[in-house]
Amino acid sequence: MSLRVVAAMVILLGAVIASAIGVVYSIQESRELFVELTRLNTERDEFNFEFGRLQLEQATWAENNRIEQIARGRLGLVSPNPADTVVVRR
Amino acid sequence: MKRVKPANIRARLYVVAMMLALTSSALVVRAVDLQVVRKDFYQEQGDQRFLRDIPIAVSRGTIFDRNGEPLAVSTPVDSIWANPIDVLGAADRLPELAKALGLDEDDLKQKLVQRSDKEFVYLKRHLNPDDAKAILKLEIPGVASEREFRRYYPSGEVMAHVLGFTNIDDRGQEGLELAFDDWLAGKPGMKRVIRDLHGQVVENVELLREAQPGRDLTLSIDRRIQYLAYRELLAALQEHHATSGSMVILDAPTGEVLAMVNAPSFNPNSRNGADPSFRRNRAVTDVVEPGSTIKAFTISAALESGKWKPHSPIDTTPGTLTLADGRVIRDVHNKGMLDVTGVITHSSNVGAAKIGLTLTRDHMYDVDHRFGFGEVSGSGFPGESPGLLPIAKMWGPVEQATIAYGYGLNVTPLQLVNAYTAIANDGRLRSPTFVKGAQNPDTAVIDPEIAANIKRMLETVVTPEGSGLKAAITNYRVAGKTGTSRAASGGGYDNRHISLFVGMVPASKPRLVGVVVIHDPQGAYYGGLVSAPVFSKVMDGALRLLDVPPDNVKNWYTGSPQGGPTIDAKMPVSDDNVEMSNYAEGVPP
Repeated sequence: MSLRVVAAMVILLGAVIASAIGVVYSIQESRELFVELTRLNTERDEFNFEFGRLQLEQATWAENNRIEQIARGRLGLVSPNPADTVVVRR
Repeated sequence: MKRVKPANIRARLYVVAMMLALTSSALVVRAVDLQVVRKDFYQEQGDQRFLRDIPIAVSRGTIFDRNGEPLAVSTPVDSIWANPIDVLGAADRLPELAKALGLDEDDLKQKLVQRSDKEFVYLKRHLNPDDAKAILKLEIPGVASEREFRRYYPSGEVMAHVLGFTNIDDRGQEGLELAFDDWLAGKPGMKRVIRDLHGQVVENVELLREAQPGRDLTLSIDRRIQYLAYRELLAALQEHHATSGSMVILDAPTGEVLAMVNAPSFNPNSRNGADPSFRRNRAVTDVVEPGSTIKAFTISAALESGKWKPHSPIDTTPGTLTLADGRVIRDVHNKGMLDVTGVITHSSNVGAAKIGLTLTRDHMYDVDHRFGFGEVSGSGFPGESPGLLPIAKMWGPVEQATIAYGYGLNVTPLQLVNAYTAIANDGRLRSPTFVKGAQNPDTAVIDPEIAANIKRMLETVVTPEGSGLKAAITNYRVAGKTGTSRAASGGGYDNRHISLFVGMVPASKPRLVGVVVIHDPQGAYYGGLVSAPVFSKVMDGALRLLDVPPDNVKNWYTGSPQGGPTIDAKMPVSDDNVEMSNYAEGVPP
């Protein structure tokens, strides 16, 4: 076996090992990133749920019946009498 | 020591070689067996140890009203489930578990024993995620949680009939939740993943089924008007000790349902307790005889026939009309000579029956049918009733006369308001819709000229001379029709009444069309006294909410406290007028 062939074999072997390590490394990296992605997705879902809950809470507080009771009862508001209404035509 | 040369060294070598060969072929055979013959089994076993198929949960879409206010929202909840065998295996922890779940220990044990042949049993569903976490923290073997969604309806009973509700698995059961179930529900996905030894997902292998999240739905309902209608309807039911009622408001130009309420109602947030009859959306599933409200269509047919003009005279003396079968149609008062408009204004049964009898039955049927009676309105609401309009062949002169003033046919409140919307829209009928912007195509059902005439006649109803003064709204012109019918039961009529009012505002260019139906009021029962005031109050608020410009203001730039001599429901009514507003609209004797 000539020296050149041996040298080529060594280089190829080195390349194979390097690429194997590279594959292992990139798989590891992709898994780490995937875990991060999953975590962020979960976080996004949680925020969406939180948003839904807050919307629900807002809708409950803004329930017309409650608004009306507060307006008429606690604040003593009344709807304007037609006689007190001025219509302005533009 | 003399080295002894083995006698048969070749033989020994041969034996060793054979043994090696056998061993290696055994290895090869085993390898082939594992890698090729039983590959599937081992592959599966291996995959089972780190590959997992996990569902991708999707939540049901939110339902909004036309202004973006949420009406139905799904929020995540956790359901606690258990593998009975595992839990029973750690029986000493049962009291702890029962306490955490708030269940009786014996009941829990019995439930687990009963289902011990299964591997999955729900212990408690729809818990607040924090509570569920607390239970999981006890780390009782075989107990786990599952994410589910629960639907909440912030508007509660006000929206209950229109929205319907979902079951515990978040599938629509009634109302629009059922009608749009596929749209709202979405499809849960499924993915295959690799999990590491900590149970953490480290890689997506493949997407088995793509998740399709539930889509949101924006309804045509306006929550504010809906609430207003519900409040006024409820107040009217209490005032008149009535059993039930419905109100529907349509946006005239588009046919969108702005409000649809029924009372009594139920709380859609609680799954138990409600009387099933409270859950019916009476406005689309229940039928009533329309009484005098049908006269608008009888007169439409009369005008279309060419035999009658709005001011053709008609003699209603002596206020009664005897039919061929001996039945007598009565007006409350003998109005003597009226014109066609007067028949609408004063809601004369005799006048409507006489006019009806001059028309052919096919023509009358055709006009009623064109306005949508006897057919589902096309709103797409589940369980909608088509009402009943007998085919023309079944009509004798008696039927023709009774149908002319609103008996012998059945309509739903939605059909009635939709037919009036056709009059409001210059004679073009359109199917109503519950979805914002999803306008249905319209078709011409009557000549625009006739529709305009009918509108003018309907305006005379809401005047001091007419039967519907209490429907008047300050600063707006109102066109409408009162109606009163007797509740049919067991093939006859009993002494219960149905009060109706259907009308449109502003009459000069209708924007809102509404119907009020109140069942079984005690005391006063005429539509003009029971239902018309509800119409007035709700429409007054709705017109303000929608910023509809008034069309009946006498003093535009008025600074004076009085806006001018407009028609007002609160106007002092003279004795004569009280008598008039007591008109019996189509109540058979």
